[in-house]
Amino acid sequence: MDLKSIVHVCLAGLSTGMFIWLVASGLTLIFGVLGVLGVLNFAHGSFYMLGAYCCFTVLSRLGDNFWLGLLIGPLCVCVVGYVIERFFLRYVYRIELPYQLLLTFAFVLLFDDLVKIIWGAGSLGSPSVPGLAGSVPILGRNFPTYSLFIIAVGPLVALGLWILIEKTWYGRIIRAASSDREMASAIGVNVPVLFTAVFMFGAWLGAMGGGLAVPYVGLLTPGMGEAIIIDAFVVAVIGGLGSLKGAFLGALIIGLLSSFGTRFIPTFDMFLTFILMAAVLLWRPQGFFGEAV
Amino acid sequence: MKLQVESINTYYGKSHILQDVSFDVASGEAVALLGRNGVGKTTTLRSVMGLSTPRAGSIRFKDKEIRGKPAHFMAKAGIAYMPDDLRIFPDLTCEENLEIARRLSKRTGYWSKKRVEELFPVLGERRRQMGINLSGGEKKMLGMGRALMANPEMVLLDEPSEGLAPMIVASLARVIEEIRDKGMTILMADQNLKFCRRVCKRGYILEKGRMVHADTMEAIMADDTVIGKYLAL
Repeated sequence: MDLKSIVHVCLAGLSTGMFIWLVASGLTLIFGVLGVLGVLNFAHGSFYMLGAYCCFTVLSRLGDNFWLGLLIGPLCVCVVGYVIERFFLRYVYRIELPYQLLLTFAFVLLFDDLVKIIWGAGSLGSPSVPGLAGSVPILGRNFPTYSLFIIAVGPLVALGLWILIEKTWYGRIIRAASSDREMASAIGVNVPVLFTAVFMFGAWLGAMGGGLAVPYVGLLTPGMGEAIIIDAFVVAVIGGLGSLKGAFLGALIIGLLSSFGTRFIPTFDMFLTFILMAAVLLWRPQGFFGEAV
Repeated sequence: MKLQVESINTYYGKSHILQDVSFDVASGEAVALLGRNGVGKTTTLRSVMGLSTPRAGSIRFKDKEIRGKPAHFMAKAGIAYMPDDLRIFPDLTCEENLEIARRLSKRTGYWSKKRVEELFPVLGERRRQMGINLSGGEKKMLGMGRALMANPEMVLLDEPSEGLAPMIVASLARVIEEIRDKGMTILMADQNLKFCRRVCKRGYILEKGRMVHADTMEAIMADDTVIGKYLAL
């Protein structure tokens, strides 16, 4: 295998990894902040799917403008996130984890069927993005421009989240409430409102991932959320649940691994991902950056 | 009256912790809650703060009923709480721990970061250190500083003298006297009687979740029967 191929497999892996990161970031944020009570949101993949479908609908209604779809679509999913947190999840925070998982899993099934009812069970073809269609030659071989764009977006989202959490006033409140929600409320944080806001923001991140996936995946299918949520969960687990830094690193590794896996041992593509997860869990049960359990 | 508590009943799950507890604290007064471990002192403070809501009874702060309101409401109304385990935010620096309390309360007044750092100079030295890396004594000062930063009208202090060396306790008493003399209303739960007498004029004694005795600190400390029955370890 020559250098050219290696570079291209790496680039493909990076773009896959960045998609997983976009979904895992919202998942991690929700777990990290609401994690005092350990909310693992299975329905996060549904936000990704709904983000893609909403984005698709908006852009096809409004003159095929992808950017407008990306702006409005995820905001619709924010509203869905609000309803889920405010009227359902809020009541199971104090109950054991399996019930939360069951509830969020129920939403996965519900949204899959909802998508079938609204958009139909078939696949929808997606448009190309003006300006980012086509490909650019890299080392004499063509690479999709849009994938390069995704490789750039991932780190920007990471940087944005880092600034939000570490450098802003809201980040400070989030850090305080995620380590001690009771004391946070005793100094004046309206914790239920904060949790709703964080959940909506996490849903928005997942939906952005879905919206950005519209031109990338080519076809939208009702089960598209499940495929990515598994990768996102693996990434969140090996990075350390609740750690954004860990999720970013984990997404890079899983992206590259699956890219090389598909290229060299296609039959064992998924196998590699789970072998890595098992190995990390044996070596460091709390993940790369998780707190010791 | 700054705070009037009338026959509150607080439960943890099914256990009935506070049974018809009543007491009051006048404006600018420092009052001690006394009693052995596990008699309900912490639960009393938590009930006032809205962290454990009493199922029955009344809590009036500045003549307004506040029972059942959430803790963030109490913080904005002007009550600050220092828990016995301090609960300093581990992922925030010393300075951020102070600032967040000031900004969230949206209250202004005498206390500022500068004034708090003058009161506890070590907090100025540790400004950029993460909460998790502070020593026990530093955490205590930060816990008290954080409560003051909200510019509350009343502070609830849970075991302020616990775990401190006698010399530090003496200087802490001076600090609390200073805070009190600035007009702050103080309700503190503590087991160190001498410390309580120095800071507080009156004391209430709790026993098995009930208020069993109330008097001036002088009278309580002169009464060997009361001490033997409710306070001696």
